[in-house]
Amino acid sequence: MNEQDQITTDPTKPAQRMRAGSMTISATPWIVAALVLIVLPMIFTNNSAITIMNQMAITIVFALAYNMLLGQGGMLSFGHAVYSGIGGFACMHIMNATEFFAVLPLPLLPIFGGLFGMGLAMIVGSFSTRSAGTVFAMISLGVGELIAASSIIIVAFFGGEEGISGDRTYSLPFFGIEFLKQIEVYYLISAWLMISTLLMYLFSRTPIGRMANAVRDNPERAEFLGYSARWVRFYSFIFSGFFAGIAGALFAINYEILTEENLNTTSSGVILLVTFLGGVGFFFGPILGAIVFTLVQTVLSLQTDLWAFYAGVLFVSTVMFFPGGLAGLIMMHVPAFKFGKARHLVLPYIRTLLPGLITILGLSALVEMIFHFRHAATGEDEMTLFWTTFDSHAVFPWIIAIVVTAAAFWITRRNVPGLVEAWHKANNFSGGRT
Amino acid sequence: MNSSANSTPALAIENLHKSFGKAKIIRGVNLKIGKGERHAVIGPNGAGKSTLFNLITGRFPPTSGKVRLHGRDLAGLAPFQINRMGLSRSFQITNIFPKMSVFENVRCSLLWSKGYRYSFWNMVSRSQDLTDAADSILEQINLTARRDLPAGVLSYAEQRALEIGITIAGGANVIMLDEPTAGMSHSETDYIVELIRTVTEDKTLVMVEHDMGVVFGLADYISVLVYGEIIATGRPEEVRANPKVQEAYLGAALEAEH
Repeated sequence: MNEQDQITTDPTKPAQRMRAGSMTISATPWIVAALVLIVLPMIFTNNSAITIMNQMAITIVFALAYNMLLGQGGMLSFGHAVYSGIGGFACMHIMNATEFFAVLPLPLLPIFGGLFGMGLAMIVGSFSTRSAGTVFAMISLGVGELIAASSIIIVAFFGGEEGISGDRTYSLPFFGIEFLKQIEVYYLISAWLMISTLLMYLFSRTPIGRMANAVRDNPERAEFLGYSARWVRFYSFIFSGFFAGIAGALFAINYEILTEENLNTTSSGVILLVTFLGGVGFFFGPILGAIVFTLVQTVLSLQTDLWAFYAGVLFVSTVMFFPGGLAGLIMMHVPAFKFGKARHLVLPYIRTLLPGLITILGLSALVEMIFHFRHAATGEDEMTLFWTTFDSHAVFPWIIAIVVTAAAFWITRRNVPGLVEAWHKANNFSGGRT
Repeated sequence: MNSSANSTPALAIENLHKSFGKAKIIRGVNLKIGKGERHAVIGPNGAGKSTLFNLITGRFPPTSGKVRLHGRDLAGLAPFQINRMGLSRSFQITNIFPKMSVFENVRCSLLWSKGYRYSFWNMVSRSQDLTDAADSILEQINLTARRDLPAGVLSYAEQRALEIGITIAGGANVIMLDEPTAGMSHSETDYIVELIRTVTEDKTLVMVEHDMGVVFGLADYISVLVYGEIIATGRPEEVRANPKVQEAYLGAALEAEH
C-alpha cells in the first residue's frame, strides 16, 4: 500500500477520515451551484415554487451563519434569530426612510442588514463569548428572550405585534430593475446566497477560521498556542452575526414585513433544528438541512396538518440515530465509493429501504387516520390518503393499514442483517484491492 | 546587550506559594533557570510538580510569589499572553486537537508566531511558508507519513511526539514538558528522549519527569521538589550525591539504577 491509501485504512471513523484529508478549494461545486440557481426558476416557473426557493435560500444563509457558531466554533446558541431579526428590522427601517432608500440600489441593502446583525453580535459577544458550553448557551437564551420581549414593548423600532412593513420597489432602480417581479427577487436572493456561502466557506479556511475549529475541540490547548479562546470565539460570533443579518435582510426584501416572529426563540429553535438536521460536521450540511426543512415546511404542510409532528420526529430520529445529520449520512458512503465497492450496497439498500419506506408511510397513514378519527367534524367520516378515499370510522381501512405496516416492518427487520453485512464488506479496505 | 542582561535567567521563580483551600501545595519555591539550560524537576507523586508547571505557565494564578520570564513578571497574564512571550508547554495528559489532521495540529500551532494572528483575509492553504514550516516540523517529529490522519487515531507514542511538535512549533525559546515519557515503553522512551534532545537544541528546557534514566540522560540541572519545596538543585551528580535527596526520595531509585 502506498501513502495515499493510509488515509482511509482505518475503518473506525469514516467521516473524520475523509474530512482530515485535503484542504484544496475546488471551483467545480461553486460553478455547478451557480448554474443550478440560474436554471431552477426556468424549470419551476410558477410563483409558489419561486417563493419556496426564496425561502430556502434565506434559510440556507441563516443556517450556514448559525453553523459558523455551532459546527465550526462549538457554540450552542438558543437565540440566534435576534441577529437575523435585527438585520431584517434595520432593513425595513431603511426601506421606510424614503429619501435614503431612493438613492440606494436594493441589491446593496443586505450589507446594511449584515452590519446591524454584526453590531448587535459585537455588543452581546463582548460578554457572551467569554466561555463556550452552558454559560454561552444560557446567555444566548437570555438575550434572545430579552430582545424578543422588548420587541413588543419598543414599538417605535419593532412595530409592536403587527410588525413593520415596507416596499422594496421604492429603491433606486438597479440597471432598470425595480424588483416588482418575484423572479427578480429570486435572482437577487440567489446572488446573495452565492456570495454569502462563498465568503463563509472561505472564512473557514482563514487562520481565524481554523483556530475556531481548534478552540472548539480544545480551547485550553489553543490558549497555550498563543490564541485567546475568547477572541477567537468573538470573531466567529460577529461574523456569524453578520451573515445572519444578511439572511434577515433577504427576508425583509422577500416578504416586505418583519414581526416579532422573526426574532423570537421559536425561530432560534428552528434554525438549530435545521442546522442539526443537515449536519453540523460538514460545511454543506446546513444547506441540505435548509432544503429538506423548507420542503417539509412548505410542501408537506400543504398535504397534512401534522407536518410539524413529522418534522419533530425527523429531528428526534436524526439526533438519536444519525448525529452527523444528512451530511454525515452522505459522507459515510464516500470511502465505499472511493474504493469502488459501493455497488455491493445497492441491492441490500433496496431490500431494506423500500419496505422501510412503506413502514414509515404506513405509520404516518395510521397517525393521519387517528388524527382524522379524533378531530374531524362529526359526520365527516370520509378522508383521503395516498389518493384513496375511505371511511375513517370503518374497520376495514384500519386492518389494511395495520397489516401493510406490520408486514413492511417485518420485511425491513429481516433484511437489516444483510445490509449490515454488506456495509462491512463495502467498507473493509484491509483486504486486497482489485 | 551587556553582560548583566545576559545573566538574566530565562525563568526565575521567587518565593512562590500556592494553596488550594487549606492545602498548601507549593510552599515557597525559589528557582533560577539559565538560558539554554536543560532543567528537570523531579520529586515523588503529589510533590506539586504539575502544579508548579501550571503556575509558571499561567494556568493557575499563584497565591503569592513571582514568576519572571526573561526578567518580565508574569503576574496576571493569561496563558496565551505568556505563550506569546516565548514560553510553550506540553501536558501530562496528551493535549492535542484530536479531530484535526496531524498536519493541521502543527499548522495551528504555527499561526500566531508566523504573524497570522486573528486574520480573516488570508487563506491558510495559500500560505506556502506555513505549509513548509508545518511539513518541516512533521519531518522533525517523524510523522510525515501520518500527515493527513486525524490526530486522534495516532498511537499513544505518536500523539506524544505530536504534542512535542505542537509545543516547539511556535518557536518558543523556553520549552516546558510535563512528563513527556509517561506511560511509554522502553523503546518509545528512547525515541522520545532523542526527539526532545534534537528539537530543544539551543532552547531552555524545563521538564517534569519520573523516569530517572530520562532525567539523567537529558538534564544539565536537576531540582528535587518534595512537599511543595525544593530541597536540592544542582548538577545531576551533585543531586545524586546529596544525602538529603537520597533520604527523601532518590535513594531507592538510585539503587535501582546501579
